[in-house]
Amino acid sequence: MTDASFIQVKNLYKYFPVYSTGVLTKKQVGRVHAVDNVSFDIKKQETFALVGESGCGKTTTARVILNLIEPTSGEVIVDGENIFEKFRSSDKPEKLKIRRKMQMIFQNPYGSLDPRMTVSDIISEPFVIHGHVPKEDRSERVYELLKLVGLEEYHAERYPHEFSGGQRQRICIARALAVDPEFIVADEPVSSLDVSIRAQVLNLLGNLQKTMGLSFLYISHDLSSVRQISQRVAVMYLGEIVELAETDELFDNPLHPYTQALIEAVPIPDPKAKNIKARLRGEVPSPITPPAGCRFNPRCPLATKECREKKPELTEIRKGHFVSCIHQSIA
Amino acid sequence: MTEAILKIEGLKTYFFTEAGIVKAVDDVSFEVRKGESLGLVGESGSGKTVTALSVLKIVPKPGRIVEGKIEFKGQNLVGKSEKEMQPIRGSEIAIIFQDPSSSLNPLYKVETQLKDVLLAHQSMSKEEAHKRIVELLTLVGIPDPEIRMKEFPHQFSGGMKQRVAIARALALQPTLLFADEPTTALDVTIQAQVLDLLEDLKQKLGMSLVMITHDMGIIAKMTTRVVVLYAGNVCEIAKTEDLYEQPRHPYTALLLAAVPRLDRKKTLSIIPGNIPNLIEPPSGCRFHPRCKYSDAKCEVGPPTLEEVEPDHFVACYRWKNISLNGENTIQ
Repeated sequence: MTDASFIQVKNLYKYFPVYSTGVLTKKQVGRVHAVDNVSFDIKKQETFALVGESGCGKTTTARVILNLIEPTSGEVIVDGENIFEKFRSSDKPEKLKIRRKMQMIFQNPYGSLDPRMTVSDIISEPFVIHGHVPKEDRSERVYELLKLVGLEEYHAERYPHEFSGGQRQRICIARALAVDPEFIVADEPVSSLDVSIRAQVLNLLGNLQKTMGLSFLYISHDLSSVRQISQRVAVMYLGEIVELAETDELFDNPLHPYTQALIEAVPIPDPKAKNIKARLRGEVPSPITPPAGCRFNPRCPLATKECREKKPELTEIRKGHFVSCIHQSIA
Repeated sequence: MTEAILKIEGLKTYFFTEAGIVKAVDDVSFEVRKGESLGLVGESGSGKTVTALSVLKIVPKPGRIVEGKIEFKGQNLVGKSEKEMQPIRGSEIAIIFQDPSSSLNPLYKVETQLKDVLLAHQSMSKEEAHKRIVELLTLVGIPDPEIRMKEFPHQFSGGMKQRVAIARALALQPTLLFADEPTTALDVTIQAQVLDLLEDLKQKLGMSLVMITHDMGIIAKMTTRVVVLYAGNVCEIAKTEDLYEQPRHPYTALLLAAVPRLDRKKTLSIIPGNIPNLIEPPSGCRFHPRCKYSDAKCEVGPPTLEEVEPDHFVACYRWKNISLNGENTIQ
């Protein structure tokens, strides 16, 4: 891992409009604050994790970074290039060039593989689109990729339904690697897999990163797998990053009350572990009308009047450890 | 030793599909003791849900119980007719399903759904039923029960829906409650709330709880004894602490070692291969193709459960010859 940031996300916003359900009229009545002023950077060969509960905006952040959906505002700089600008202004070959750098692995390997295509077709489709592998070399390259992800040559002629979930996820990984990307977004890549298969895929991702020097954005709600795979972590709550630190620092020394509660809530697979009662009451408020001040204040055990009025900023408390909580910045 | 409230002996539940006979539960035996929390752990297809459905005799077609004995409070449920099962289901044995969004009827108000359960089994006036519903909703921690009971399931969040499902399961004060992955569909902070609730209710009502899950963390937190299932067979039965301390079956040991832990980083060991097809399961011990300790004997006949030490049973030919401590090395 080097220190230079490879991907910079700056003040990213994404709002989705909400419409009234009139019969003839369609009027915007509000907006979902899916991603609200999110900034972070990912270094070369780093695995950066975004964690949070459902609806906190982690997947939306990823999709915006890959420009699969348009941002409301903000910038993403990949390898020195402002990609939103590029996508707006350039022609197709230029866009494809950016796309080749960044790939995605989706959560559900059952939904993200075309059931009518053979594995060989699926993995060689990127070759057709990007044209970076000549026709005669394509089948050879498919075999190489299959081997890389732990599958066999004879799997190439099979269809997705003939594979188990873990094997399908391997096919998705092979497809993502087909364009020789530098950056991969893995959106909950193991959450639909069985426990015994999860470790296989997590280890595979870790090994690929080491051997190929990839940068990963790993998105998950499963904190244990985040601790296992990532070097730095950002915790999201209701569209905002509330804490960002190196993985061990974050888990050993969480500062934000939400992070603390989130970590405590995960049952430890050890009957002798301390049994802590859930400390968070209530549920995540609607992102259409997020609470004023700190968005976590309605559920926070530390909340004071100030928390309800003043919005905390993400501040660096220790080197590389950022937290957005007024109680932490005072202390 | 406390007496057993439920005794399952040699249960076989098969599904007669066009592709062949799926041996989902194949010769499963264990008991649930009075007032205990028993964990039923396994991956998908291990037969944990089908075992629960068999006890309630609600196995969907084309499945049916082929053989075995399910003894509940001294009576064998297998031979019972639909009519004879009615007074047992709900009032003696109840179940909570994984996904509360699909186990509640979207067309009826919460009040109606709970009232149906109460009036079907007990003779009470509408006022009494109303009072009891308020009591139940208060018990499971739903605020403003008088107002919320008039609402439809879609007006509740996931965690709140699961609370309604729990209230419905507890309406008739069952002595045995099956909770089938009750928190898999929920976020971690909500999961912690629901698990605490189940624990409290179990204490308060003195019922036996069978916790069905694939999450080794929940097993450690919630249960005192565990049954480990693999491909429709029981591998191991032990007190939770003994199982985590000294697993005797290679599958249990690998399963524990394959789970990432939040409190420390470790190298995840891999269980090679995939879960077997249950139409033609492997001969002998069903785990043998994935087991590095297997020898010729393991391929021949299925192993039977042996008592290794008091209250610790394992179905493995080789348990005496292998040392499993190495699987769970922490680094």
